[in-house]
Amino acid sequence: MSTPFYVSPQQAMADRAEYARKGIARGRSLVVMQYADGIVFVGENPSRALHKFSEIYDRIGFAAAGKYNEYENLRIGGVRYADLRGYTYDRDDVTARGLANVYAQTLGTIFSSAAEKPYEVELVVAEVGETPEGDQIYRLPHDGSIVDEHGSVAVGGNAEQISGFLDQRHRDGMSLAEALKLAVQALSRDTNGSEREIPAERLEVAVLDRTRPQKRKFKRIVGRQLARLLEAQGEGSASAGSEESDEAE
Amino acid sequence: MDFLAGHQPDMLPGNRQLPPTQGVIEAPHGTTIVAVTFPGGVVLAGDRRATMGNVIAQRDIEKVFPADEYSAVGIAGTAGLAVEMVKLFQLELEHFEKVEGAQLSLEGKANRLSTMIRSNLGMAMQGLAVVPLFAGYDVDRDKGRIFSYDVTGGRSEEHNFAATGSGSIFARGAMKKLFRDDLTEEQAVTLVVQALYDAADDDSATGGPDVARRIYPIITVITEDGFRRLTAEEAAEISRSVLQRRLEEPDGPKAALL
Repeated sequence: MSTPFYVSPQQAMADRAEYARKGIARGRSLVVMQYADGIVFVGENPSRALHKFSEIYDRIGFAAAGKYNEYENLRIGGVRYADLRGYTYDRDDVTARGLANVYAQTLGTIFSSAAEKPYEVELVVAEVGETPEGDQIYRLPHDGSIVDEHGSVAVGGNAEQISGFLDQRHRDGMSLAEALKLAVQALSRDTNGSEREIPAERLEVAVLDRTRPQKRKFKRIVGRQLARLLEAQGEGSASAGSEESDEAE
Repeated sequence: MDFLAGHQPDMLPGNRQLPPTQGVIEAPHGTTIVAVTFPGGVVLAGDRRATMGNVIAQRDIEKVFPADEYSAVGIAGTAGLAVEMVKLFQLELEHFEKVEGAQLSLEGKANRLSTMIRSNLGMAMQGLAVVPLFAGYDVDRDKGRIFSYDVTGGRSEEHNFAATGSGSIFARGAMKKLFRDDLTEEQAVTLVVQALYDAADDDSATGGPDVARRIYPIITVITEDGFRRLTAEEAAEISRSVLQRRLEEPDGPKAALL
């Protein structure tokens, strides 16, 4: 019988973290940021059916980078958690903080359990408030920690570089068109600093729009509306914001 | 719902143990719901009264709820159970939509509601029945559709118009005489108010428009643009104009004899 090699806990954790990080880095990055009327999610996604962003509850959205089957699993878990909470108590009792905690617990348990491989995912849970001050954005790395973010956040392969780029340029009270433009700019920068074009068809965009009259604030921005917003860069960004709210669904 | 059944079965309406009872349990009952289709959509409306035996339990109860963006449920029967059923139904449609990324078909929604009513059969046998009317806009067929149910969950699609609840016989009679194929949205709304007025006229458990307390029927319209509930002012205006005409002709508009 062979004796297993001794691996120090530090080394084991470092290896697992390395494994998860590499997995996440293979995927494309995505950006979540605040704008005047809410929170916008922007990412590059060649598929139109397999979403990176989705609705969890009235005011809560979900974004994920990494392995599809793993974050889809977490997403459905989140929807279940939120719906069950809302049904048992009240719709107002479902919060991003609560959801982020559940995700952190799940990811943390999986990460440190020796029997399972760590999830190769990085999540963002965002909740839009009545005012920009009430907005909450939480980033959840693969190891189950929670980072409370403000303004903008990027996850995925090139996240560090994109975050740096966004931190310098993001400001409060941007219009949707401005925020979208900045996000696309950030995403189109490659690791080596060169820029490439991301066509509108390859963009996945969604917003949590606090001005929406419905209870459910999550909305995908697709097709004509997206094209118009991308064109609206620079000129008359305020009008683009108001136009956008008329054209629901 | 399947998840709930596995996870927390006590939260589902049908899974509760019923205490043995004698006779009928006294609980508030909702009364009349009416629906009518028009080219481009469907109108669903309900009166505001809840009764408990011969007592008016509540004057301003709301019995018509949006189920999701393109459908609504109106409920007649035991108010408490019905509201819970609607809540669960709403939850289920929303949950499906979020998990699957697509809406259920209108047929699918109607079938789901049917199962939920059936699970309430035990309660219904004790006099706590819930009998909803389900109306929605079928985005695949581009038209408004109405589904009615019986206590056992039997589902049937109604064409043109339908009513449920204690005042339904009178409301149906009124709608039969007033319905036409080419109603506009506004006409359809007026039609349901007329029907509810007639139901309230002849059925003691149905409430008519209450001018003194400003309580008017709840009227909802579902079209291609989704669900819309008429504001209190809009409902008041239509109810008042119907009432005004009734002051001259108490029995309402007269249909041609031949």
